Amino acid sequence: MPLLSFLIAFPLVAAVILLLVRSDKQRLVIVKIAAAVVAATAVITAAVFFKSGTVNIKINSEAFSRIVLILEIVLCGVIAFLSFRAKRILVGLLSITETALIVWFELAVGESLTVQADVVIDHLVIIMILIVGIIGSTITVYALGYMKDFQEKEKDVADRRPFFFFVMYLFLAAMFGLVLSNNLLNMYFCWEVTSFSSFLLIGYTGTKEAEHNSFRALWMNLLGGLAFAVAIVMLGCYDGTVEISRMIILGTKGADVVLPAALLVFAGLTKAAQMPFSSWLVGAMVAPTPTSALLHSSTMVKAGVFLIIRLGPVLGNNMAGILAMFAGSFTFLFASFAAISQSNGKKVLAYSTISNLGLIVCCAGIGTFESEWTAIMLVIFHAVSKSLMFLTVGTAEHHVGSRNIECFDGLFTKMPQLATCMVLGICAMFLAPFGMLISKWAAIKAFVDSGHALLLFALVFGSAATLFFWAKWLGKITAIVPEQKNVEKTVHGEEWFAIKGLSILTVITCVFFPMISSSVVVPYLKDIFHAATEVISEGNLITMSLMVIILVLLPVISSGHNKKKHTSINLSGVNAGSDVAFRGSISDTVPLSLRNWYLEDLFGEKKVMSLGNVVNIVTIAVVFSLLFGGMFHV
Amino acid sequence: MSKTLTAVLAGIAYVIFAPLLGGLLTGLDRKITAHVQRRKGPPVLQPFYDVFKLLGKENASINSAQDFYVGIFLLFTILSGIFFFTGGDILMVMLTATLAGVCLVVAAYSSNSPFSQMGAERELMQDMSYEPMLLVTAIGFYLVTGSFRVEKIISGPRVNIAFLPGIFIGLCFALIIKFRKSPFDISMSHEAHQEIVQGVVTEFSGPMLAMVQLAHWYENVVLFGIVALFFVWDAPWSFLLGLACCAGVFILGIVIDNSCARVKWQHMLRSSWIMTLAAGCVNLLVLMAMR
Amino acid sequence: MKSFEKKSPWILHYDATSCNGCDIEVLASLTPRYDIERFGMVNTGNPKHADVFLITGSVNAQSLPVVRRLYSQMLEPKVVVAVGICANSGGVFRDCYNVLGGVDKAIPVDVYVPGCAARPESIIDGVERALDILEKKAKMLHDGRLQELQEMDKLPPMPDFSAKKEAVV
Repeated sequence: MPLLSFLIAFPLVAAVILLLVRSDKQRLVIVKIAAAVVAATAVITAAVFFKSGTVNIKINSEAFSRIVLILEIVLCGVIAFLSFRAKRILVGLLSITETALIVWFELAVGESLTVQADVVIDHLVIIMILIVGIIGSTITVYALGYMKDFQEKEKDVADRRPFFFFVMYLFLAAMFGLVLSNNLLNMYFCWEVTSFSSFLLIGYTGTKEAEHNSFRALWMNLLGGLAFAVAIVMLGCYDGTVEISRMIILGTKGADVVLPAALLVFAGLTKAAQMPFSSWLVGAMVAPTPTSALLHSSTMVKAGVFLIIRLGPVLGNNMAGILAMFAGSFTFLFASFAAISQSNGKKVLAYSTISNLGLIVCCAGIGTFESEWTAIMLVIFHAVSKSLMFLTVGTAEHHVGSRNIECFDGLFTKMPQLATCMVLGICAMFLAPFGMLISKWAAIKAFVDSGHALLLFALVFGSAATLFFWAKWLGKITAIVPEQKNVEKTVHGEEWFAIKGLSILTVITCVFFPMISSSVVVPYLKDIFHAATEVISEGNLITMSLMVIILVLLPVISSGHNKKKHTSINLSGVNAGSDVAFRGSISDTVPLSLRNWYLEDLFGEKKVMSLGNVVNIVTIAVVFSLLFGGMFHV
Repeated sequence: MSKTLTAVLAGIAYVIFAPLLGGLLTGLDRKITAHVQRRKGPPVLQPFYDVFKLLGKENASINSAQDFYVGIFLLFTILSGIFFFTGGDILMVMLTATLAGVCLVVAAYSSNSPFSQMGAERELMQDMSYEPMLLVTAIGFYLVTGSFRVEKIISGPRVNIAFLPGIFIGLCFALIIKFRKSPFDISMSHEAHQEIVQGVVTEFSGPMLAMVQLAHWYENVVLFGIVALFFVWDAPWSFLLGLACCAGVFILGIVIDNSCARVKWQHMLRSSWIMTLAAGCVNLLVLMAMR
Repeated sequence: MKSFEKKSPWILHYDATSCNGCDIEVLASLTPRYDIERFGMVNTGNPKHADVFLITGSVNAQSLPVVRRLYSQMLEPKVVVAVGICANSGGVFRDCYNVLGGVDKAIPVDVYVPGCAARPESIIDGVERALDILEKKAKMLHDGRLQELQEMDKLPPMPDFSAKKEAVV
């Protein structure tokens, strides 16, 4: 227990110190130490609780819940104040409504409820702690170097770095709290803190666009928070519990927890940026890159899917499960399509995140052993490789001068090491034998076995689109353009540390895929489902991890052995001296420039996204009208 | 034990004989095409002459990265075939083949040449067009036989085609793209050289081009293997039926190749996705309803 | 037994300034009537793949760098066939202000096919003769005499146009 308190309290302390420290040099030291401590604590926690199986801990303290309640009211006050100041009354009212609901509930009903376990630690929580602790803290180290360049480049943006790092560490603390909570009331508080922190981070630059996008993120997440609050009230009033574990036991025993489950799924959908709420995550890229990396990979959106995965056993073939399945699979399909038409690197990443989360949500919604296995695996591999991608794009942006993929021409010659890491990140996102793809393979099996043909169709077409947009990006950066200057000498050490560290982590997680499956994920699911099925055979998994090793070793072995003649490229014979220009029709020299396909006509962002939003709004509306209708019918 | 031995032998046989078979099929293809056009055509062994000639040529490339990618392309194409012929998981076969395909595309991109990039984009478009159908095919086999493993698929009690007629038609459609036949030969085609020179393979020369050629032969044999899966069940003679049907698909491909003009990519993408939905997905729905 | 080089000659056809007469004859040899594919010949349109460089028309200021570039992009062993009288010597265009002359002014030529326009039979015959030279060159390459071969097929120095231009002015 002291270990867990330290896990949550230490980032908070670090956050406060970072808020107070103004000197760059001191911040450099503090963030590095804090990151190391957070990561180490996460690893130690994981090691301590790994063997012990599921551990339930009860906080026997009236004062604790009172403090949480007071903090909730304070948080609501701050949100309301900021919203009213920005003349966004509705956002403020949303916050007040849900907090009022929770306060009423806790004072009126909360007293009579007995809580058996406030904190539950099982293998899923351990995985989340590791993701947040290792990847989250790596991103804060990266932010050191990045924010220095950022403030130098963006002269108009006020230097509020102490505040920035404060919020980042606050975020980590809230995430630890969120994944550890079994008591929904505590989880709700952490949930709101993450919403609020992401609001602060997105609005960091203070521009009009940033303010607009940050409030959009806020209201969407508050809407999810409201659903969360309603779910708590319903659970408390009808089923007499506010614990997830109790809720799952009740649900599997046949009690009707579908409506609260559906509400919680809805909350998860908003946080995981599923359509129609995906626009907040796309809008979040106005913030400095470390923010996006944090939101997309290890924190925020992962909180949403974490909740839905947790609820897995009570989902399945009921309205709540159907909501998750369909909303998730439609999001997967449409977001993959939308990514094709994007040339802005961060936007491609945003859509890819949304689509992958869609797949996770969908798998979690099916609620079978296989699908939960897939969902958890996707969470792990997505967190690692997506954070790597964001960090490489952020660094590339600062040194190439644009985040447009078309400007990454010749990245391999301009920034060879960075490009190598980016190639690894991209491959890890969509190619066999890396983890993401093996998980998708498992998803196919899980979908067939659960008998959902529609989901399968979304999966096969979405995968094809995924292949297309990643491969064309991969092609762009692997193109070797002659006569480029190396510009990666000025990349900060902190950035290299984070990028290379995550690259190594990507390879390690993929190589140890069979081990992660057999020693962490399968035991957890066995506990939950009391049975085990083989998702992908051990032999296949080992073959895949051998393939990873081959793929990583091959470039190392084959480099430096090549003494072949190099020729110029085919420009129909009109090459003008070198391979970067040709002779035009009047013997003038025309620079050569190559552009990718974006298929705007077929997969235009507006078209695809509005279609997806409509489809998903209808899905959500149908599910909830059926649920509420069913409730009042009796 | 004997099962493992058979699998190993099948794998070794594939590595040795697949290029012979693949080359022979290409030669027959050229011969038949020539006869369709009332020409005499090259000798049946011409593809082998071509490859040996290419191997004997001066070795050169645009950059060293290119050799590396082409090497991986060949390696993983062979590997995917080994997975197939040792009775492995058909999804693994397809995913490995996708990896190989992406290596080819990246090899083309890496030269930074306009023709080869154009070919690479088109190749990706082809991948995107046929990928759903291939996955649907694998799923179809799983629904009928209860396994993704090739050894299980071919040892079922019933003939798979009886349950997968739609998927078979859809797959044949996708195979036109896979075999790089008209009307879907948009990424590399001898007939398109006014427009994209040789597309993806424009910048490969000599031994490297020979490797690409070899990889295609390996790939084609696996594709015919997938066709055969529809017709083979636990009756030993059904292998002959499988071979006969492969021959049928081969001839059909040549006929289509010779009677169609190349289409735009929009047309290819639309028609193959619609085909996947109309033939493949409907077949899947029926199978799922039957379960 | 013929060598593989001889059985599988891939051709790059380039029109330097031809009036299209010879070009049509070159394409005619692809048709069912002449069907050069029966000799394994393929019209590749790509210097990276080609063994035989088939040029029609004389070389002028515009096409000179292209001819030289295409030639240098071809890999050993390679041969050049100049098809038609213009490609042989410049033909009736030899005195034009912008015409350098025959192909051999720009790059080394192995076989000359005369005619205006050259007949498909003679083009095929010319290529067949070029294949004998190709075979010899291939043998050199396989004997490890690549450098000698490269020396033989080296691009001559860039021809000078200035004298001709001044004479016209």
